[in-house]
Amino acid sequence: METLVELRGIVKKFPGVLANDRVDFELRRGEVHALLGENGAGKTTLMNILYGLYRPDEGEIYIRGRRVELRSPRDAISLGIGMVHQNFKLVESHTVLENIILGLRENGLRIDFESHRRRITELAERYGWRIDPMARIWQLSAGEKQQVELLKILYRGAEILILDEPTSVLTVQETRRLFEALRRMAAEGKGVIFITHKLNEVMEVSDRVTVMRKGKVIITKDTRETTKMELANYMIGRQVIFGRREASSKPGAVVLKILDLKVLGDRGYPAVNGVSLEVRSGEILGVAGVSGNGQVELAEAIAGLRKPMAGRILLNGVDATGMDAGKMIELGVAYIPPEGNKLGIVPEFRIVDNLFLKAYRYPPYSNKILLNWRRMLGKARELIEEFGVVTPSVFSKAKSLSGGNIQRLILARELSGIVGGAPRLIVAAYPTKGLDVGATEFVHDLLMRYKEMGSGIIFISEDLEELLLLSDRIAVMSGGRIRGVLAREEADAEKIGLLMSEAAIQAG
Amino acid sequence: MTVQVGTVYLLASLGEIYAERSGILNLGLEGIMVMGAAISFIFTLAYGHLAAILASIIVGILMSLILAVMAIYMRLNQTVTGLALTMFGLGLSGFLASPEIRRIILLALNPSLPERLLAIQEAPKLPEIPVPGLSEIPVIGCFFRQNVLVYISYMAAPLMWFILFKTKPGLSLRSVGENPAAADAMGINVFKLRCAATMISGGFAGLAGAYLFLGFQPFWQEGLTAGKGFIALSLVILSTWNPLKAILGAYLFGGVEVIQYRLQLFGLGALSPYLLAMLPYLIAIAALIAVSIESVRKRIGVPASLGIPYSREE
Ligand SMILES: Nc1ncnc2c1ncn2[C@@H]1O[C@H](COP(=O)(O)OP(=O)(O)O)[C@@H](O)[C@H]1O
Ligand SMILES: [Mg+2]
Repeated sequence: METLVELRGIVKKFPGVLANDRVDFELRRGEVHALLGENGAGKTTLMNILYGLYRPDEGEIYIRGRRVELRSPRDAISLGIGMVHQNFKLVESHTVLENIILGLRENGLRIDFESHRRRITELAERYGWRIDPMARIWQLSAGEKQQVELLKILYRGAEILILDEPTSVLTVQETRRLFEALRRMAAEGKGVIFITHKLNEVMEVSDRVTVMRKGKVIITKDTRETTKMELANYMIGRQVIFGRREASSKPGAVVLKILDLKVLGDRGYPAVNGVSLEVRSGEILGVAGVSGNGQVELAEAIAGLRKPMAGRILLNGVDATGMDAGKMIELGVAYIPPEGNKLGIVPEFRIVDNLFLKAYRYPPYSNKILLNWRRMLGKARELIEEFGVVTPSVFSKAKSLSGGNIQRLILARELSGIVGGAPRLIVAAYPTKGLDVGATEFVHDLLMRYKEMGSGIIFISEDLEELLLLSDRIAVMSGGRIRGVLAREEADAEKIGLLMSEAAIQAG
Repeated sequence: MTVQVGTVYLLASLGEIYAERSGILNLGLEGIMVMGAAISFIFTLAYGHLAAILASIIVGILMSLILAVMAIYMRLNQTVTGLALTMFGLGLSGFLASPEIRRIILLALNPSLPERLLAIQEAPKLPEIPVPGLSEIPVIGCFFRQNVLVYISYMAAPLMWFILFKTKPGLSLRSVGENPAAADAMGINVFKLRCAATMISGGFAGLAGAYLFLGFQPFWQEGLTAGKGFIALSLVILSTWNPLKAILGAYLFGGVEVIQYRLQLFGLGALSPYLLAMLPYLIAIAALIAVSIESVRKRIGVPASLGIPYSREE
């Protein structure tokens, strides 16, 4: 089989990080080649180099056997390389057609809308997609946006296709359709690089797999000749246990009761549309669903950051509807916000300031006027020890911490009960997103510990594996509603995916 | 009259629409306009109208280049750099057009200039060129008894609309202002395109200044733009970044100003002319407040990356 891409000895340094360390990689015609690795392993960096977005510090790139210099995406595109980025790169307010023809090089200045429309529709049909070229991007589902991204590169006749974690926003069913299309593209003689950190997907769709860890390529193997367990060991660098954690405690009294809650989203329409839920103490309620279906708005309403339009929120039987965040904290609600590095800390503040963002107001850390710095510093040192925040000192700025350490800092602040003991209700929105395995395990352990201490926990995640691992019950959310609640014994990926997409069918 | 005043706003906002569609907020508009006026004053006396118009366009482009380098390549805050450019333009134009300095410049440009022209505070106005036939039609005839820059603005607005919405460069420009990362990934040079759009806004602002002086009030006065650049900025918002709608808005603002002149002329009431004179500024402030509100932003379609510098490796 012809070699489409060969990367030799690629090195890329970022300030303080060796993102790619002498990486070799090969893509052949007609294969789906999985690039497997944990968050931060350097997969995206490597592919950005192949797409001309980043310049490598060292190394050589060969396309169809010829040495090339890639100065910008334009060079890559003209060599037949196309990339679907981890975060969609689409102009939301433009039409599908405008997005697809953007930057296209052909004769004439004027856009021939009619002929493009016809050709786009034809191309989409070849892969079994039905998409309206005149629809605006913001009107599309995540799966359709993905199809537009693929159409963008196929329309340019690309035959080296890079997909960066394409399934992270898709439901199980959408993922399956994507895989069918990818197999089809490989069969047409294209080469597909498929980036993922999910082992199941590697086994399902790829011909070969290359594993990266900490910037290095560990191994490349035929998928048929390996197993999930083996790949996991390469990926993480040690034995991993795929096992469910059992807790000894039993759920107790109802901590949180939500009745027919409706919450307005940022765009001005209801993001949460009639949700009723119950969480008991000593219980983890998982909330599954593709992100952007009202989970964050629900969490923010419970945390008092967003006023509900309708419905009721009862905390330990007390009506807390519409109370602000300060009141909610006093009632024992802890909130771990999504994208902790943006929403959870004040980056320019020092670590100790960030730890006491809430608690500085209460004794013994302050009297009516003055802050008690000695006590705060002592407690801060205790907390970074207990929560394993790696930092030179409590006086370092929070923005200097890595993602995992930022999350530990937030957890320390929210869960340590600096004020008023352990939280009675913990709302954790995507607490492990973007973390490495060590930090993820730490978060999981912590949630289990608080569960055993009797906190009620709402655990919002997109990752079905971790949901199934931790949750006592799983609520499936989509389109601002709860589509079903499954007990842990009856829940599996298939059923959850089905609940998500049934809702989509009803809605569409 | 309405058309004559409105053309100042139209020319300035047409260029600004391109800059903002590409994601660059050119708050230097006022300063570039007043420089355009000063340059056209000096060059008209030295070489005549055509040279004056070209010179003010070129100066406008050069001034916008300063903004482009600072905002696009150095990624400095666009509000601060734009306002600084306005201050710079106001100061420099007053300096260049002050009698002593002007005299030196004029003599350097054209040593054979008669003494009379070295000292005057005014310049010959651009001649009005009636379009045969059209200019005799009642009511709308006034649209066709104007100077050449007005006719250019008539043609520029639809042409710029067509380029923006129906051609590939226009699509690229709009994409760069909405989502530069998406445009970059499709092989579009975000920096070059933003730079070009900023230069277009500078050229038009220089032209607007030349028109204000030569076509409307050819008496030099320091700071004669009197905030017209900022009104043009709010007009860009009111037109929702659409060159065709900018025509309507420009004549609306023009009309309000004309009514106010008339009232002054007839000496009606001491208070009302001032109130009316405030109206364009009030509308401008309202428009600027409106775009700072998140929900309004989404509805009227502010270019999503307006004012945000782009860099690839972040
Ligand atoms: N633009 C950047 N600037 C600085 N560091 C970066 C940048 N992009 C990636 N990194 C760092 O490089 C490493 C590899 O990141 P990435 O390639 O995104 O990993 P992956 O895609 O495998 O999750 C990480 O430590 C990340 O923090
Ligand atoms: Mg990545």
